[in-house]
Amino acid sequence: MKKAAYSFPEEVLEHVFSFIVSDKDRSSISLVCKSWYEIERWCRRKVFVGNCYAVSPPILIKRFPELRSVTLKGKPHFADFNLVPEGWGGFACPWIRAMAGAYPWLEEIRLKRMVVSDESLEIIAKSFRNFKVLVLSSCEGFTTEGLAAIAANCRNLRELDLRESEVEDLSGRWLSDFPDSYTSLESLNISCLGNEVNLLALERLVSRCPNLKTLRLNRAVPLDRLPNLLRGAPQLAELGTGAYTSEMRPDVFSNLAEAFAGCKQLKTLSGFWDVLPSYLPAVYPICSQLISLNLSYATVQSPDLIKLVSLCEKLQKLWVLDYIEDDGLEVLAASCKDLRELRVFPSDPFGLEPNVALTEQGLVSVSEGCPKLQSVLYFCRQMSNAALNTIARNRPNLTRFRLCIIEPRSPDYLTLQPLDDGFGAIVEHCKDLRRLSLSGLLTDRVFEYIGTYGKKLEMLSVAFAGDSDLGLHHVLSGCDNLRKLEIRDCPFGDKALLANAAKLETMRSLWMSSCSVSFGACKVLGQKMPRLNVEVMDESGPPDSRPESSPVEKLYVYRTVAGPRLDMPGFVWTMDDDSALRIS
Amino acid sequence: MSTPLEHDYIGLTEKKKIPSSSSSSSSEDGKTFKETELRLGLPGSESPERKPLSGVSLSLFGNLNNNNNVMNHHVHVAGAKRGFSDAIDAKWAFSDAHGSDSDLGKPSALFSPRGAGNVVGKPPLDPKTISTQQGNSINTPASASQAIKESKPLQEKNPQLPATNEHASAPASKAQVVGWPPIRSFRKNTMASNLTKNNDEAEGKPGFGCLYVKVSMDGAPYLRKVDLKTYSNYKELSSALEKMFSCFTIGQCNSPGLPGKDGLSESSLRDLLHGSEYVLTYEDKDGDWMLVGDVPWEMFTDSCRRLRIMKGSEAIGLAPRAVEKSKSQN
Repeated sequence: MKKAAYSFPEEVLEHVFSFIVSDKDRSSISLVCKSWYEIERWCRRKVFVGNCYAVSPPILIKRFPELRSVTLKGKPHFADFNLVPEGWGGFACPWIRAMAGAYPWLEEIRLKRMVVSDESLEIIAKSFRNFKVLVLSSCEGFTTEGLAAIAANCRNLRELDLRESEVEDLSGRWLSDFPDSYTSLESLNISCLGNEVNLLALERLVSRCPNLKTLRLNRAVPLDRLPNLLRGAPQLAELGTGAYTSEMRPDVFSNLAEAFAGCKQLKTLSGFWDVLPSYLPAVYPICSQLISLNLSYATVQSPDLIKLVSLCEKLQKLWVLDYIEDDGLEVLAASCKDLRELRVFPSDPFGLEPNVALTEQGLVSVSEGCPKLQSVLYFCRQMSNAALNTIARNRPNLTRFRLCIIEPRSPDYLTLQPLDDGFGAIVEHCKDLRRLSLSGLLTDRVFEYIGTYGKKLEMLSVAFAGDSDLGLHHVLSGCDNLRKLEIRDCPFGDKALLANAAKLETMRSLWMSSCSVSFGACKVLGQKMPRLNVEVMDESGPPDSRPESSPVEKLYVYRTVAGPRLDMPGFVWTMDDDSALRIS
Repeated sequence: MSTPLEHDYIGLTEKKKIPSSSSSSSSEDGKTFKETELRLGLPGSESPERKPLSGVSLSLFGNLNNNNNVMNHHVHVAGAKRGFSDAIDAKWAFSDAHGSDSDLGKPSALFSPRGAGNVVGKPPLDPKTISTQQGNSINTPASASQAIKESKPLQEKNPQLPATNEHASAPASKAQVVGWPPIRSFRKNTMASNLTKNNDEAEGKPGFGCLYVKVSMDGAPYLRKVDLKTYSNYKELSSALEKMFSCFTIGQCNSPGLPGKDGLSESSLRDLLHGSEYVLTYEDKDGDWMLVGDVPWEMFTDSCRRLRIMKGSEAIGLAPRAVEKSKSQN
C-alpha cells in the first residue's frame, strides 16, 4: 500500500497537475517526493522569475525543459524613480539567447524593468514559431526596428504590450510590417511610443483582427482618427485613446460619440492625453459599463471629472490626477460603490504650495463610501493620525496602501506629531495588508507597529523615516511574510542588518540607499551569507578607497542560487567571499 | 523599548530624552539591544567583537552644528580628474553672467558632495561616528534626529537658490531630491511635455520640471541619464557630469588632481586648449549637434534632447555652426 502514490501512471499525475496553476502550489507539489518533482518539472509550462539574478538561464532550463511561458523581472523597483544608475544590469539578452536554443515552442515572454536590445527582439522573432505574447513593461534599450522584426515574423502573435517602456522611436513604419495575412492580434499597447505610427496601417490592422480586445494608442494618434479605429473594432473591451483634443467641431464630436456608443463591450478606458473638456461627453454613453478608468494624464478640472465619474456606477478601478480634489472624491464615494482600486497622482509635485484642494479628507470619504476598496495609492500634502485611523477602521479589507505625503518628514498637520499611530492603525486593522508605502514624519515606533501587526506584509517601502537600527530590526524580525523591502534615506545601519542576516534569505530582495550601512558590514554580510548577493553601488569610486566604516551609497541584497553576477558595471561591487581579493 | 523622541517639527527646540553620556542610558535600552547585538543571527555562529573606533564616535553627533559636516559624510574621491570641469570653467566663466547667483558660481557646498541632483536632506551621518559600540545605538535616536533637524533649515533655504537663479518671480519649485516624490519617469516626462505644450503657462508654473536626457561619453561602456531640471546653470551640470564619468577619464588628463575647483593649473588648461580633452555637446530639437554653453541656460534646457561628451579634437568643427545657429535663432 505504501507504493500507492507511485503506482499512478505518470500521465494521470500529469493530468492532475495540469489543474494546479499557481507557482506556489506547483512548488509545493515538487517537494512531495522525487518522482513528483520529476513529473512536475517536465510538465511545468509557466515560470515566474521575480529577480532575474536569483537564478541563471542554464539552471532554469535544466530544471524546466518544456516551458511555454516565462516572466522575468530585472531592476529593483526603485529604478522607476531613477535611483538605479544606467548600466546597472537586468539584461534580457542572455536569457533570450538561452531560451531560443532550449524552448523552440516558447509562446510567451514577459519582461519587467529589463534592458532589451533590438538583437534580442530579432532573436525572439526568428526563434519561436508559435510565439504569441510579448509584454515589455518598463523596459528599455530597443528601438522600433526591433518591433519591426516582431511584426514581420511572428505569425501567431496575439499580444504586443510595450507598457511604459522607453523605446527609441525611429519611425512609425514598423507597424506596416505586419503582413496583410496577419489577423491574430488580440492586444496591442503602444502608448509609450513618441512618434506617429502609420495610421492607415493601424486602421487596416485593427479592422482585420476580429479578436482584438485591447487597443492602447499613443499620444500621436489624433482624436479625429479614433472613430474609424473604433468602428473597425466594435468588439473592443479596452481602449487607450491618443491625444484627446481637437478643434471643437460638432461633426467630429458626434462622430466620436457615435463610435463610442457602438462599442458595447468597452469596459476599460485610458489615454486621455491633452484633454479638451468639451470632448469628454462623447464617452458619457458608455460610462455605465466602465469598470476601469485611467484619467491620470488628463489635466482637466474637478467639475469635468465629477461629471464623468458620477456616471460610472460600475467602476472598480480609477486612476486620476489630484485635480479631482476632495469634492470629486466625495462624489466618487457616493457614486461608485464597487470601487476596488483608487490611485490619485499629483499634478504639481514639485510646487511649493498646494495647487488643488485635495487633502486627506478625499481619501477618508472614499474609505467611508466604498466598501470594496482594497488598493490605494494616494499623493497628498497633508495627513493626520486621525484620518489614517478613520481610514483603517473604515476599510480593514485594504490589501495595498501606499501613501505619499509630498514633503518628506511631514508630521500630522493637526497635532504636529509623527504619523506613527496613524500607520500603526492601518497595519493593525488591515490584517490582510500585503503592500505598504510609508511617508511623513515617522519614528522607530511605526516600525514596531509594522513588525507587530504586519504579519501578511509582503512589500514595504520606506523613505526619510525612523530614528535608529531598532526600526529596521522591528521590520526584519517581525514581518513573517516580507519579500521585498526598499528603504531610502533612513538612519538604519549595520546592527539591524547583520542581526537579521538570515532573514534576508527568506526574502526576494532588500534595497537600502542613503542609509548608514557601512562598507565593512556589507563585506561581512557578503562573506557570511553565500546564498545572498550583496551588491554595493557607489558612483564616486571603489568603496575600499574609503574607511570601512564609511556608509555605502546604495546596497542591494538578494537571494540567489546563481552566485554573484558577472555583468556588473564599474560602479557596482559584489561582497562575496572573493571580494577581498578583487578589491585591492 | 525606548520611547520615541518628541519632535518639534519647526526644529527650534529639541527635547532630548536621552542624556549624551552613553553609560547612563545604556541601562534602559541596553536590554533591548542585547538582543540585537552585533551578531549575524545565524544559529551557532558568533560574530567577532568589533573594536570600537577611537574616540570620535559619540560626541560628534551631538556637536554637528556645522552644516557642512552634516552633508559631507561622503568623502569626495581625491584625484578625480579635474580637466573636464576645468574646461567648462574656462569656457563658461562668462556665461554665468546670465543671471546665476554668485553663490552658485563656486561649486555649491550644498550640491557638490553627492553628485547629480542630490540635495541636502540626506541622513547626515559623519562616517567617523558610525561606531559599532553597543552603547552608540542609544545615542543615535537623539543625535540622528537632531542632525536631521539641523539639515531641515538648510532644506528650507534651498528653494531660494533656484528662485534667485531663474528670472520668474514665482516661488519656483523646490530643489528636488532624486527620486522623490516617487513618480515614474514615464509619468514625469509625459506631464513635463504637457507643460511645454502650453507654453504660456510654463513660466509661472513650475509643474513637473523634470527633463531626463541621456548622456553618452566617447569610449565609455554605458550611458547615463541626468535630469536637467535639477541644475540651474552650466557649472552645476558640468560638475555633476564630471563626477558621473570621472571613472572613465582616469588616465586621460594630466592635471595634478586638485581637490577644489578653484585651482586650475596652467598646464592642464593648456592641454585643454589643444583639444586633447573632452568637450560637452548636445543634440537639439532639430537633431543638430551643438556645443554646450553657447546659449542661455533656459534655452539650452528647452532644446536639449541628448548629451554627448565628445573628444575635444572631434568637437572643434562644431563651434562655428553652433554660434551661427543661435545667432540666426535670435
